[in-house]
Amino acid sequence: MWEYTDKVQQHFLNPQNVGEVENASGTGDVGSLACGDALKLTLKVDVNDIITEAKFKTFGCASAIASSSVLTEMVIGMSIDKAANITNEDIADALGGLPKEKMHCSVMGREALEAAIADYRGLILPMAAGEVVCECFGVTDLEVIRAINESNLRSIEEITNFTKAGGGCGKCEDKLREILRDTVGGKSEISSPGTKPKKMTALQKIKKIEDVLEREVRPGLRKDGGDIELIDVDGDFITVSLRGACKSCKKSQTTIKEYVERKLRELVLDSLIVEEEN
Amino acid sequence: MSSVNEKVVYMDNNATTMIAPEVVDAMMPFLTNLYGNPSSMHTFGGQVGQAVSEAREKVADMLGAEPEEITFTSCGTESDSTAILSALRTFPEKRHVVTTRVEHPAVKSLCDNLETLTGHKYRVTRLKVDGEGMIDMAEYEAVLTDDTAIVSIMWANNETGNIYPVEKMAAMANERGILFHTDAVQAVGKIPIDLKTLDIDFLSLSGHKIHAPKGVGVLYIKRGTLFVPFLTGGHQEHGRRGGTENVASIVGLGMACELASEKMEEENTRVRQLRDKLEEGLLSGISKSRLNGHKTARLPNTSNISFEFVEGEAILLHMNRHKICASSGSACTSGSLEPSHVLRAMGVPFTAAHGSIRFSLSVYNREEEVDYIIEKMPAIIELLRKMSPFWQGN
Repeated sequence: MWEYTDKVQQHFLNPQNVGEVENASGTGDVGSLACGDALKLTLKVDVNDIITEAKFKTFGCASAIASSSVLTEMVIGMSIDKAANITNEDIADALGGLPKEKMHCSVMGREALEAAIADYRGLILPMAAGEVVCECFGVTDLEVIRAINESNLRSIEEITNFTKAGGGCGKCEDKLREILRDTVGGKSEISSPGTKPKKMTALQKIKKIEDVLEREVRPGLRKDGGDIELIDVDGDFITVSLRGACKSCKKSQTTIKEYVERKLRELVLDSLIVEEEN
Repeated sequence: MSSVNEKVVYMDNNATTMIAPEVVDAMMPFLTNLYGNPSSMHTFGGQVGQAVSEAREKVADMLGAEPEEITFTSCGTESDSTAILSALRTFPEKRHVVTTRVEHPAVKSLCDNLETLTGHKYRVTRLKVDGEGMIDMAEYEAVLTDDTAIVSIMWANNETGNIYPVEKMAAMANERGILFHTDAVQAVGKIPIDLKTLDIDFLSLSGHKIHAPKGVGVLYIKRGTLFVPFLTGGHQEHGRRGGTENVASIVGLGMACELASEKMEEENTRVRQLRDKLEEGLLSGISKSRLNGHKTARLPNTSNISFEFVEGEAILLHMNRHKICASSGSACTSGSLEPSHVLRAMGVPFTAAHGSIRFSLSVYNREEEVDYIIEKMPAIIELLRKMSPFWQGN
């Protein structure tokens, strides 16, 4: 069960301004059925650019409905210019906060507001541009970059909580990591010094494995009168052969798993599996 | 209705069940005076060991098994992992596992991990299901190979209640020398099971789904099936599962199995009728609603219904206001962003998958509770549909 604030529950159970404004001055339509939430926001704006009426229709969970409801309350009586500055954090704050997995609901509110204002001004939203990164939820790189900057996001998980990107099949994770790195500069790199480059060509991988065996593994084995030879590299499967004293050693399996595999996982790729040649 | 309204209307029995009062009574002595260790040499502990033996016999009786084929575990998930990993250790040269796309996470995640965490040392085939959630037996037969170590297919699905033909599938696996495991956590106690006539090697069950407490499960291991323990340690459970026995819960599970056998007929008559009444009441009373799952090959207690154009979490929270407890396969309730893998595997359209509600009954449900739900649901759905941008009226 989600921990919703009283304010969220209140807006969910008694939503304000449900419906559609007749002859709306601006309409914002975001989300889709496939995504699991959608919001249609309609605004009435007077000659002085003041929002006099705001209504919503939302398909989604309790926090999506509450975010929409509180948003309409916030903007009624506000000037268009001021409303254009409302952020998703403002919406979440007005609800006394949202569970972090539900922050995307406040983002949806902000997006609908932005779309409605653009519609009123006769503008085409810049968000329509950009390249789709997450196919499952149709999230573009510009949307991701904006969320990273606005909400100070520092991990893939946070990006998913705020934008939904990466929450489906997960195939875009590498792309998101790249965007995160490019957007926050060196910051995310510094925070995780252990990150190893994931993509290596087969040749690079073999060279790296040879190198680690030579520098880190062989000296130890040779001390005990043994040695190791790399037989094959097939994807993540590494076949090796123990030589000399190691060959007849009863603990050879332990040597391979606890020592060789651990070193290779630590220094080359954490998905490697080392097996002894039969 | 006020009598119903004062307490919860619990229709979430596939999630967990009330502990039967008889079970609580049976357990109490072992939570108070009879605290001895069943492995001890003294009579004080020995009498506790005797109670564990009696519970084992009761579980075996319900399943049509022998007591020595019953191993107590901590939960259904432990039983599932133990069975599958035992098969892989028994046949280290075999690297293929067959399962379905609709398994419970206890089996699904383990199979996913077998591929990813081992760098694809193992190959997993996940059988497709059709729109009603059923498996194609020809596809099943075609995927069994000499490399297959074990087949793991649930007896009944937790979300839809669909019952799979595990008797036949186990025989087909057995003919090819392949071990067969079934996660029967939802089937046990709801439909009759007689293992002595079947080729099932491993069966998992969980106490808290059949009115015993949480934290106790069983793995049935057919006599003669090679077995490698998952939890090693002391010689408890004939060396098949280390760790001091959860005596009180085991005794409670024994009592729960005895009760389940007694109430099997009621489950398949009265409970089924209640479920059918609820289902028909909701499907006919609410437009654009549909049943997810097979119409007939289904547990007598489960009904999974989608209300189109509205979202499951919002439905559940409104139901909660009326003290009605159920579950949803929507994305927002799962903590993930996508609706249930079971409904997606069945190809349930997005308009419906997000608005699915699972009602699961037990022998403790009464007709006035069903009437109460049939009375309350239409207004909840209508309220949310009025708010939905996709709802165009009937």
